[in-house]
Amino acid sequence: MSEPTQQQHPNEEQPEDQEMDEGLDLEKIKLLPGATDDGTAASFQIIDEDHTLGNALRYIIMKNPNVEFCGYSIPHPSEAKLNIRIQTYGDITAVQALHQGLDDLIKVCTHVEEEFSSKITQRDYSTEEP
Amino acid sequence: MSNIVGIEHDRVTNTVSTDFPGYSIEANNEFDIEEFKKKFQINISYITERTANFDLIGIDTSIANAFRRIMIAEVPSVAAEHVYVFNNTSVIQDEVLAHRIGLIPLKVDPDTLTWVDQTVDEKDRFTDDNTIVLSLDVVCTKNPNAVPGDNRAENLYRNSNVYAKDLKFEPQGRQTETFEKNPVVPCDPNILLAKLRPGQEISLRVHCILGIGSDHAKFSPVSTASYRLLPVIDILKPIAGSDALEFQKCFPSGVIDIKENGEAFVKDARKDTVSREVLRHEKFNGKVKLGRQRDHFIFNVESTGAMPPEEIFFKSVRVLRNKAEYLRNCPIGNLN
Repeated sequence: MSEPTQQQHPNEEQPEDQEMDEGLDLEKIKLLPGATDDGTAASFQIIDEDHTLGNALRYIIMKNPNVEFCGYSIPHPSEAKLNIRIQTYGDITAVQALHQGLDDLIKVCTHVEEEFSSKITQRDYSTEEP
Repeated sequence: MSNIVGIEHDRVTNTVSTDFPGYSIEANNEFDIEEFKKKFQINISYITERTANFDLIGIDTSIANAFRRIMIAEVPSVAAEHVYVFNNTSVIQDEVLAHRIGLIPLKVDPDTLTWVDQTVDEKDRFTDDNTIVLSLDVVCTKNPNAVPGDNRAENLYRNSNVYAKDLKFEPQGRQTETFEKNPVVPCDPNILLAKLRPGQEISLRVHCILGIGSDHAKFSPVSTASYRLLPVIDILKPIAGSDALEFQKCFPSGVIDIKENGEAFVKDARKDTVSREVLRHEKFNGKVKLGRQRDHFIFNVESTGAMPPEEIFFKSVRVLRNKAEYLRNCPIGNLN
């Protein structure tokens, strides 16, 4: 009740807010304390995600040659939180590595779906259990 | 390093993926979608109405496991959520009966319903867009035409058993048209819900909504979704004669065959259960090496009946991609 319209307050100098219209979920992912000033090493906390995304994302971020370290943890089993740590060698920031990882994961999913649907349309399989 | 998981009599070795940049001099291991496309393969063994069996080859455990976990816990399906009991004089308690009804898989395409918005006022929350109504009205009576001498309940009484098929779909609003071709029925009609005796009756209404398996197992679209790694059997030194027959008996039938010269060879390692029986025999020590191929997943998906199994897999892939896309578009806030 007493809260004024404080949400729109831009507390950070972010010139590019093109994402502000669709995904206005500011709670989903947050930067945890312990990041370096240049942003090459940082930890993030993702809400409502578990090992499903955590481990897949960790794997794909680790495949980035600019990444020195990536690891994740579920700090407590009864809290739906996922912490993920990324340290790079210095050529890219942790946020860039995270976004690269997500993009790569999207590409993998797209290809798996395409491959599976092409196999389904070929109908080159048995429809009876042996 | 080899991508074969070693299986010894008392342990497994080489279980962790090491395909990362900087791990070895030979391979670059940087993520490259073209490289992935070259290596990745899908082979479908069979797809029936309820089960699918297919191989994903050339994919990491972390991603294959994500698909498996999503199929179990995050692909939405429809199940009973609210049961309004008007009358229940049977011996089974209301809450137990409600639980049993909840667990019955329903033949509803989840795409035909929308999500229930929990923020909406309770009076307006449930509409013909997001809720399916079923009713169950059974009264048990004596069978006036009972055959004398036959003391089975089915002969003596009418409606002594209440089955899932007794749940009757009651289309609401526009559902008369949208569900005209495929009315809502339980996938398995003969699930026993309760037993009655003359004079007892059950009268209730059920509201079914969309949900996901991580909220409650009744919303899981699969009875099982699992994978196993492809077994590898390496015969290091030839095994022939009577030893070959004994060797063959260490494996399920069809795994090992014997050549004309009496030498054993691996015919179909896929059929192996990796029981490790062969490792218990002293005489085969050092002659055989068991393993599993770390990037070859044999998936088995068993649907509860609401959706075809291949659709469940498709949806799991889409759910994972949507998760990644959603997170990609989220602004990174600061933890206060």
